[in-house]
Amino acid sequence: MDDIASVIWLVPALPLLGALINGFRALEQPHAKKSRKATRLIALSATLLSALVATFYVVIPWARGGTANPLEVVYYEWLPMGTGEVTGGLISNFSIQLGFQVDVLSSTMMMIVCWVGFLIHVYATGYMSHEKGYTRFFAYFNLFMFMMLILVMGNNYAVMFVGWEGVGLCSYLLIGFFYDKTFAADAGKKAFIVNRIGDFGFLLGVFLIFSWFGTVDFTGVFAQAAANPAHFEGIATAICILLFVGACGKSAQVPLYVWLPDAMAGPTPVSALIHAATMVTAGVYMVVRSNVLFRLSPEAMAVVAVVGAVTALFAATIGTAQNDIKKVLAYSTVSQLGFMFLAVGVGAYTAAIFHVMTHAFFKACLFLGAGSVIHGCNGEQDMRKMGGLRRYMPKTHWTFLVATIAIAGIPPLAGFFSKDEILANAFFKRYTELGAPWSSLPLVLWVMAIIAATFTAFYMFRAYYMTFLGTYRGAAAAGTEASEPEHKGHDVIDEDTKLAPAHLPKADPFEHGGAGHAAHPHESPNSMTGVLAALALLSIVGGLVGPPLGAFGIHHPNPFQSWLSPILWPIGGEAFEFHHAPIAVEWMLILLSIGVAVGGIMLARAFYTDPAWSRPRAFVARFPALHRVVENKYYVDEIYQATFVRGTIVLSNAMAWFDTNVIDGLVNGVRHVTVILLGEGSSLIDRYVVDGAVNGVANSAQRGSTLLRRLQTGVVQNYALVMSGGVVLLVVVYLLGRP
Amino acid sequence: MPSADAYLVLSAAMFSIGVVGIILRRNLIVILMCVELMLNAVNINFIGFARRFGELEGHVFPIFIIAVAAGEAAVGLAILIQLYRLRNSLNVDEARELHG
Repeated sequence: MDDIASVIWLVPALPLLGALINGFRALEQPHAKKSRKATRLIALSATLLSALVATFYVVIPWARGGTANPLEVVYYEWLPMGTGEVTGGLISNFSIQLGFQVDVLSSTMMMIVCWVGFLIHVYATGYMSHEKGYTRFFAYFNLFMFMMLILVMGNNYAVMFVGWEGVGLCSYLLIGFFYDKTFAADAGKKAFIVNRIGDFGFLLGVFLIFSWFGTVDFTGVFAQAAANPAHFEGIATAICILLFVGACGKSAQVPLYVWLPDAMAGPTPVSALIHAATMVTAGVYMVVRSNVLFRLSPEAMAVVAVVGAVTALFAATIGTAQNDIKKVLAYSTVSQLGFMFLAVGVGAYTAAIFHVMTHAFFKACLFLGAGSVIHGCNGEQDMRKMGGLRRYMPKTHWTFLVATIAIAGIPPLAGFFSKDEILANAFFKRYTELGAPWSSLPLVLWVMAIIAATFTAFYMFRAYYMTFLGTYRGAAAAGTEASEPEHKGHDVIDEDTKLAPAHLPKADPFEHGGAGHAAHPHESPNSMTGVLAALALLSIVGGLVGPPLGAFGIHHPNPFQSWLSPILWPIGGEAFEFHHAPIAVEWMLILLSIGVAVGGIMLARAFYTDPAWSRPRAFVARFPALHRVVENKYYVDEIYQATFVRGTIVLSNAMAWFDTNVIDGLVNGVRHVTVILLGEGSSLIDRYVVDGAVNGVANSAQRGSTLLRRLQTGVVQNYALVMSGGVVLLVVVYLLGRP
Repeated sequence: MPSADAYLVLSAAMFSIGVVGIILRRNLIVILMCVELMLNAVNINFIGFARRFGELEGHVFPIFIIAVAAGEAAVGLAILIQLYRLRNSLNVDEARELHG
C-alpha cells in the first residue's frame, strides 16, 4: 500500500504540470506562433501518464488488496483548529486534512475521468487545430483534469470542495474561451454565477456537517452517522437538502440548469468533457458519496427524486423543439442527469453511478460526433441546414448512430442497462417512513421517467434523422446567414481552412467560399474519428457489467453493484438492500422500457424521414403556441432575467443611492460640524485667550516700567539723597539690632 | 589732649554737613567741596580711632585717602570745566540728560 501512497499524487499532479507548462508557454508569447506539436505532446502525455498511473499503479494494486478497505493517503494538516474538548455534546477538535482516498467509488470516477478525458484530449488536438489560443486551450483543459481528479480523489468535503470550485473555474474559462465573443463570455459568467448559487447551499451543508459531526472527513462523518442514526436523523434532512442544492447548481437540475444550454458557446470538446462526461456528474458523485447521510432522511431522498424526475421530463420536452444540434445534446444531458438524481432519490446509488459511466461514454461520443459534424459543415450548427451527412461523413455517422441507439436504451447497448436499473428501482421503491400517500411517490416519478425516456428516444433520433439522413440542405443555404449565428463555436474556421487544408483527408473539389458559406461537407481527421470509434465501442460494451440479474432469477447484485457495494455502509447495523422483485414484473419493466424506446424511435422516423417534414410541420401548425413556448425553453431565462437579475440590479442601485446620499452625506455632515466647531472655536481661543495672555504680559511690563522710570530723574542729587537715606537706614537697623 | 570722642563727633558733624551740602547745594563747585569735606571727615574719624586704640593703621589709611582725594578732585574738576564749557552754567539741576 505504501507504493500506492508514494505515486498517487502523480495522478492529479501530472495534469497540473501540463497545465502549468502550457500555461507559461501561452503567457510568454501571447500572439506568437508556438509549436502546436509541443503543446499536444505536453497535454496528451500528461493526461495519458496520469491515466496509466491511476490504472496500473493505484487502482489495480489497491483493488487486489481487497475492495472493502479504502486507502487514505494524508499529506498535510491543512486547517488544525480546536483543542479536543467536547462542549455541549459537540466535538471541538477539528482539523481538515489534505488527503486522497482510494475506494471503489473514487476509483470508478478516476477511471472515467482519466480515460474519457484522455480520449477527448486526443479529439481536441484535431478539433482545435484551426483555432487561435491552442496552447491556452490545452492549459485550461489539463487544469480541468487536475481539478476534477482532486474532486473525486479527496478524502473529505473540504478537498472535494476545492476541486468543486476548481472545475467551476475551468468551466468558466473554457466556456468563455472565445472571449472576444460577447455571448460566450456571458455564458461563462452565467455558468459560474449559477454554480455559485448552488455552492452557497453546499457550503451551508458542509458547515452543518462540521457542527454536528465535528469533522468533515468522509470516514469520520459516515462512521458516526452509521453508528448512531437516530441522533442524526433530524439534521440529516437539512444537510442533505443543502448539499443537494449544490448538486443542482453543479449538475444542472431545475431550477439551476439554465447555464448548461448557454455553455454550448464553448468549443465542442469542452461541452463533451465538462458538460457531459465529468463536471456535471460531480453532483451525482457527491450525493452518492454521501449516501449514508441521504439514507438517514427519506424526505431528502424524496426531494432529490422529485427534482430529478421533473428535470428529466422538463428538459426532454425542450429537447424535442431545438434546432441547434448542440442544444439538443445539452438538454439531453440535463435530462439524463435528472435520471441520475432520480436514481439516487429512490435509493439506487449504484445505478446512478452506472448511468454516470454509460452516459459518459455515449454522451461524449454524441457531443464529439456533433463536433465532427459541425467541423465538417464548416461551422454550421443548425440541423435544418444539415441532412444527408451519412454520405459525406460515414465514420461520424456510424458512431453517432451507435451512441444514439445507446442513449435511447436499446439492449444490449450501454444505455439500456443503466436506464432500466433506474426505472426498475423507481418502480419498486416505497418511502415507507413517509407514510401514505407519499410512500407511493416513486410510482408517479416512474411514470414521468418512462415518458422522459420516450421523449429521449424521440428527440435523439429526430436529431439523427435531421442530420444524417435525407439530402444535404446546407448547399441551398449558401449565401444566407446561418440561422443562429451567435451560436457558432468558431467563425475563424473558414479563413484557416483555406490556409491549412493539409489535415483534411479528402481533396475538396469545391472551393471554400466566403466566410459562413456552407460548402461541401467533409469527414473529420483520424484524430477525431478514432476517438469517436473508441467511445462508440465503449457505448456498446460498457453496459454489460451491470445486467439485470433479477430478470433471470438470480437474486444477487450484478457485478457493478457488487463492485460499488462497499460504499453503501450498513446503518445502525442494517446492511443495504438491493431491491428484489418477481421475475415476471422485472420482464414486464424491461419490455416496457424497450417498448417506449422503440416507440420514440418509430415516432421520430415517422416524422423526420419524410424530406418535406410534413408531419412535424402539421403538428407545429396545429399547436403553434405550444411549439413556441417549448422552443423558447419555456421562457425560463427570460423569467429569471425579469425577476432575479433585474431585482438584483434594482437592489444594488438602491444600495448605491443609499451609500452616496445617506452614508456619504453623514460623513460630510460630520465634517462640516467639525470644521465649524473646531475652526471657529480655535480661532476665537487664539485671538482672545492666547493673544490676550501675550499682550497682557507685555502691557504689565510696560506699566511697570512706566512706574519705575520715575526713579530715574537724571538729577544726581536725588540719587545722592536716596543713597544717604539708605545708609541712615542701615545704621539705624544695625543700632537697633544690636543686643 | 582732647578725648577720642571729640574727634568722632567732629568727624560726624563734618560728614553730615558734607552730605547735606551734596544734596541741597546747586553749585557744582560747592558739591565738589562737600565731597572733599566728607573725605576729610572720614580722615578725622580714622585718626580718632587710631588715637583711641593706639593702632598705626589709623594713621596710614588717611594718607591713602588724601592721595586718592587729590586725584579724584583733579578729575572732578576736569569734568566740571568741560561741563561749564558746554552749557556755560554750574547749576547741577540743568544736567539731567540721563533721566528716564
